[in-house]
This record gives sequence, C-alpha cells and structure tokens, in this order.
Amino acid sequence: MPEKRPAVLDVKDIETVFNTRRGTIHAVNSVSFSLEPGELLGVVGESGSGKSVTMMSLIGLLPTPPARVTGGYVKFDNIDLLKADAQQLRAVRGAKIGFIFQDPMTSLNPVLTIGFQLMEPLRTHMGMKKAAAKKRAVELLDLVGMPDAERRLSDFPHQFSGGMRQRVVIAMALACDPKVLIADEPTTALDVTIQAQILELVKDLRRKLGMAIIWITHDLGVVAGIADRVMVMYGGQIVEQAPVRELFENPQHPYTRALIETVPDIGAERPERLRTVEGQPSILYARPSACSFRTRCAHAFERCGKENPPLLVTDKAHHVACFWDSATGEPRNV
Amino acid sequence: MFNYTIRRLLLAVPTLLLISFLIFLLLDLAPSDPTANLPLTIPPEVREKIRISLGLGEAFHIRFLLWCKQFFYNETLNILEQWWGWDFGGDRLRVLSWQTRSPVVDTIVQRIPQTLWVVGMSYVVGILIAVPIGIVSAYKQYSWFDQVGTFVSMVGYSVPTFFTGVLVIVIFSVWLGWFPSIYDTTLVVNDWSSFVQQVKQMIMPVSVLALYNAAQISRFMRASMLDNLNQDYVRTARAKGIRERSVILVHVLRNSLIPVVTVIALGVPQVFGGAIITEQVFKVNGLGQLLIIAIQAGDVPTVQTLTFIFAFLIVFFNLIADVLYGILDPRIRYD
Ligand SMILES: Nc1ncnc2c1ncn2[C@@H]1O[C@H](COP(=O)(O)OP(=O)(O)O)[C@@H](O)[C@H]1O
Ligand code: SF4
Ligand SMILES: [Mg+2]
Repeated sequence: MPEKRPAVLDVKDIETVFNTRRGTIHAVNSVSFSLEPGELLGVVGESGSGKSVTMMSLIGLLPTPPARVTGGYVKFDNIDLLKADAQQLRAVRGAKIGFIFQDPMTSLNPVLTIGFQLMEPLRTHMGMKKAAAKKRAVELLDLVGMPDAERRLSDFPHQFSGGMRQRVVIAMALACDPKVLIADEPTTALDVTIQAQILELVKDLRRKLGMAIIWITHDLGVVAGIADRVMVMYGGQIVEQAPVRELFENPQHPYTRALIETVPDIGAERPERLRTVEGQPSILYARPSACSFRTRCAHAFERCGKENPPLLVTDKAHHVACFWDSATGEPRNV
Repeated sequence: MFNYTIRRLLLAVPTLLLISFLIFLLLDLAPSDPTANLPLTIPPEVREKIRISLGLGEAFHIRFLLWCKQFFYNETLNILEQWWGWDFGGDRLRVLSWQTRSPVVDTIVQRIPQTLWVVGMSYVVGILIAVPIGIVSAYKQYSWFDQVGTFVSMVGYSVPTFFTGVLVIVIFSVWLGWFPSIYDTTLVVNDWSSFVQQVKQMIMPVSVLALYNAAQISRFMRASMLDNLNQDYVRTARAKGIRERSVILVHVLRNSLIPVVTVIALGVPQVFGGAIITEQVFKVNGLGQLLIIAIQAGDVPTVQTLTFIFAFLIVFFNLIADVLYGILDPRIRYD
C-alpha cells in the first residue's frame, strides 16, 4: 500500500451524549480516527462500549433527542458531516456511505418487497427509472450470491432465511457504489456457518469493488481474519489502535490483552479460553475524569483514578491510552 | 390470499347459524309476552287466540326452522324487492312487528338511511381527522401539538356522548339558535335550501359522534406509529438516504396502518348499533332507536330481526378485517 493517501473519512474528537431522565450519558468521548481508501478497519469492544453510537453519530442516524453530537468534526468529501444540513446528509447516506445493521430479521421492512427496498436508494440517489432500477437490483442480488435473483425481487423479507436477508441488506448498502461501508456487527445475529459465508462474501466484494470498510464486532476472532487495522473501544473511547498483526502480537492495553486471552483459540488449554473479561462496563453519567477501565484493571494504580489517560503514540502506527507500560510492566513516564 | 379468504368465509357461515339459533332461543325463552301491551279489557280467551294467531303455539324446532326460512329466504327477497324495485312475484310471508303490524323489514329499510347518514358520516369524519392527527402526534411526540391532541382525545374519549350531546344542544340550539335541536327525519333534500337545512341538522350529532370516534382512533394510530418509529427497519430506511417523508409515509405508515385498519373495520357494526344514545339525544330515528323502542314494547320479531342484523354485521366486518389484514400484511397472506 502506498504511503499516506488522503483519508476518505477523517473523524476528530467527536462527543455524543444522551439526555435521559436519569442524567446525561456520555456515550462517545473524544473519538478520533481516519479511514484510508480501501482499508478495512475493525472496531472491537464489548457490548455498550460505544461502537454503534460512534458510527451512527457520523451520519446523523441517532434519534435526536435523546442523542446529541456535541463536538468534533467528520470530514468526508470535503464537507463536515456534523455541520451538514439534512439534505446534504441524505445525499451521503446510502449513496456514498452504506450501512449494514446487526439483525437482518428486523432491519428490513416486513410489508415491502425486497425489490422495492432495494430499488429505493437507486431511484433516490441515481435518479433511475423503474426498469433501470430493476435491472440493477437483479445485478446486485447476483453480486451478493442470491440464487434466482430476478424472481425473488417480488418476495417479502419473511420469505428469506436470516443469511439471505443479510445478503439483501448488503446489496442495499452497496447499491450506489459507496466509498465507505459501515457494517455494525453484521454477523452477530447469524449462526456460525452463515457467519463464515457472510464474511467470505464481504472479503470477496471488497476485492471486487474496493470500498473502505468499517467492520464493527465484539469478537476479536472475526477481526483477526479480515481487518487491516483494529481499533479497540472501551467506555466510549478508543483505548488502543494498531495494524492487525501488531495488535495481536503486541497488545499493550490491559483491556485488549484481556480480550485476546478470551478469544477461543484451538489448542489452547480449556481454562484459558473460557475466561472472559471480568466485571461490567459502567454507564458514564459524566465525562470520564479517570480511566474508565480502572475498576476491572489488574494493573490499576493511583494515577489511573485521577486522570483520564490520553491516546499515546507508542510505535509508528500503534496508539494506546494507558498509564501502564506493558513493555516494562511499570507506570509510564509521561 | 384467495384460500385465506375462502377459509374465513367458510368459518363465517356456521358462526351465523349458531348466532341466529342463540338469538331465537334467548328471545323465545324471555318472559316477555307479546299481548302484554294490549288493553287489559281484552278477555283471556281472546288473548289466547291472538297468541295462537301469532304462531306461538307450534313446537320449538318448527318455529325455529320456519323462522330461519322466513329470515334467510323470504325476507332477503323482500329486501331486494324493496331496494331495487324488482318483483320476484309470489306471495311471501312477511315478519310483522307486534307493535305496528307492519313488516319489520320495511321499517328497517326506512330507518337505515338516517343511521347511515348521521352515524356513518360521523365515523368517516372521525377517521379522516384521527389518522393525520395520530401520525403527527407520534412523529412529534411530546410537542405542543401532541400534548393538545392527547388532552382533547382524553376529553373526547372519557366524556360520554349523551353529555357532549346535551351540551352542544344547549349551547348551539338553545343559546345561539344556530342549529335545530331535533333531527327532522321527514326532510326531503331536493333543492339548495333543504340541503342547507339537512347539513345544519346533521352538524351537531355528527360532530359529537365524530369527536368520540376520532378520540379513540387517533390514540390508536399514535400508539401504532410510535411502535413502528423505533423499529430497526426505520433506521435502515433512513440509512438509505431516502426522504423523511417517504420514511414516514411509505415505511412507517404502511406498517402502522395494519392494526388501525383492523380496528376501524371492527368498529363499523357500531356505526349501526352503537349510536343508540346519540340517536336518542338528537331524536334521529335510526336503527338504534328502533331497537330500544322494540325492546321496551316486547316486540319480539323486531328485536330478533335487528339483533340478527347487528350480529350479521359484526361477523361480516370481522371477515372484512381479516381480509384487510391479509392484504396489508404479507406475513399473513402467504401462510
Ligand atoms: N437510546 C439510548 N439512550 C440512552 N443511552 C444510550 C442509547 N443508546 C446507547 N446509549 C448509551 O451508549 C452506550 C454505547 O452504546 P452502543 O454504541 O450501542 O454500544 P455498542 O458498542 O454495543 O454498539 C451504551 O452503553 C448506553 O449507555
Ligand atoms: S490507565 Fe490504569 S486503569 Fe486504565 S488501563 Fe491503564 S493501568 Fe489500567
Ligand atoms: Mg452495537
């Protein structure tokens, strides 16, 4: 890969809060990252770590209220998506940034045919007439490996299996040839063999179409097989970020290390592979003023309760937010 | 879809037969005596003769079978003749009212237009108001529009129509004198001024009933929209970048209408029967009023006929609701 091509997506310091009756929840805290053309960025973290909220904040998909993006910018196509008006955002959504959601059972409209749902973005963004849109819809279904595509256009979602529905959702996201595809746990709701098929499909599509992909998952094992770079999230922050090899060979954050230990690894001893990260993530009712992981961290010390660790560059492309130095096993001198 | 409809239809037939049997049984066993309203000076022997001439001496099953034949065959032909001016010929029996000695069916056919005009109109007006209000209230949940809508429908739903009815009569006909307080059923609309008069006399009963209907249906519409607005498929639709109007009016509305349409269809029989109170208040002599008077007079043929018509309408609109459900929801249709 050539050095430093301009990023397709540049996210800087975004903050997202939910105003609820019980108080303000700080779901995303100063998240910055960028995405290179054609790159596959894996985003990992356990449930509730802010992965979905971060990605939905980018293109205004969160319900406002209760959600509000209070700061930062999202540079895409020379505009700041956080300042864009509704019309500009709509022109990006589904056209230049495609979305795939977790549960294919609920993410399609049950009373509209998949043909109609598939043709919607084509007619909206590409101004296609019905016949052209239909032709393209058949192509798309072929592309995602749907047998008998033309006949199935007039079928309703409940007539498909979970895996086939997810293929329809993928076809919909790819309809207008987006530059970026955001996949929010697209295989979590599927069973293992179907999961593997969908993973293969996405790898294949990426080779054919060359778009950049953000792949959200709570499963490091999935990311290991497909990502170029991995971002680990915890408490609405990025706690570690590195190229995939580097991350698995040299995990530096205690949370990442714990996650890697919990990845089922064939051949490992049983007690090891069954261990999960102990404890529960807490809901953040204030901006974090200390390390959010400290209640579950084996290496926590005094400073961790007083300051929120910033994201440090430890090695060319490796960033970590921790006061403890995994190389020396001692507190860092910064 | 065809099989589905046929299945529902086949189920409706035994239901109706069972209902007609129950209605016959209930009223036959009721202690009401058709001669009770006749003057007390009539001697008992004459009274007995009258009872026999009314057919009350036959065995129970014979009476039921005769009644069925009369009801399903003779009277159906009678109604068709009445309505379309056809002539099937032959001398058919007629079910006579014990009160007026005139054919029950004729009276009912006379009364239906009153009921349909006032009560039917109020149902249609109620729906037309309720659906958009429900949609906007849900989309702008907790906005001032929604708050006002909630308040008005709480009032409309919880204050009984005999109260709002009397209230509007007092305000608009007694104090302001804008509208007549009694509905003139003999009015024939044949020119502009009689049309204006008809509209004037319909305004109050229609608005009172429409308010009540709209209150119910708008709550229902709102709840159904809210259910759907939080669904994943709505987020998917937004993620596709389609216009918000389409998201709401194509995606959300299509789904939200399914239960609402069902409720509306199931409510239609009430249009014929449920307005009894309002008809009394405004003196609209529709079917509801006819039923009340017949019950009070112990007029069994009229009560039987009306009850059966109401039962038939309920079964029929249940069928319609089922079919509409199937049309709107492909998950049902393709079973
Ligand atoms: N609708 C909501 N209302 C209030 N808080 C929310 C809502 N959605 C998400 N959150 C908060 O945001 C946090 C991150 O959620 P999310 O991004 O969905 O996590 P995940 O990493 O599992 O995708 C949650 O822990 C929760 O506190
Ligand atoms: S900053 Fe402290 S508490 Fe947080 S992960 Fe590092 S060592 Fe643990
Ligand atoms: Mg999520």
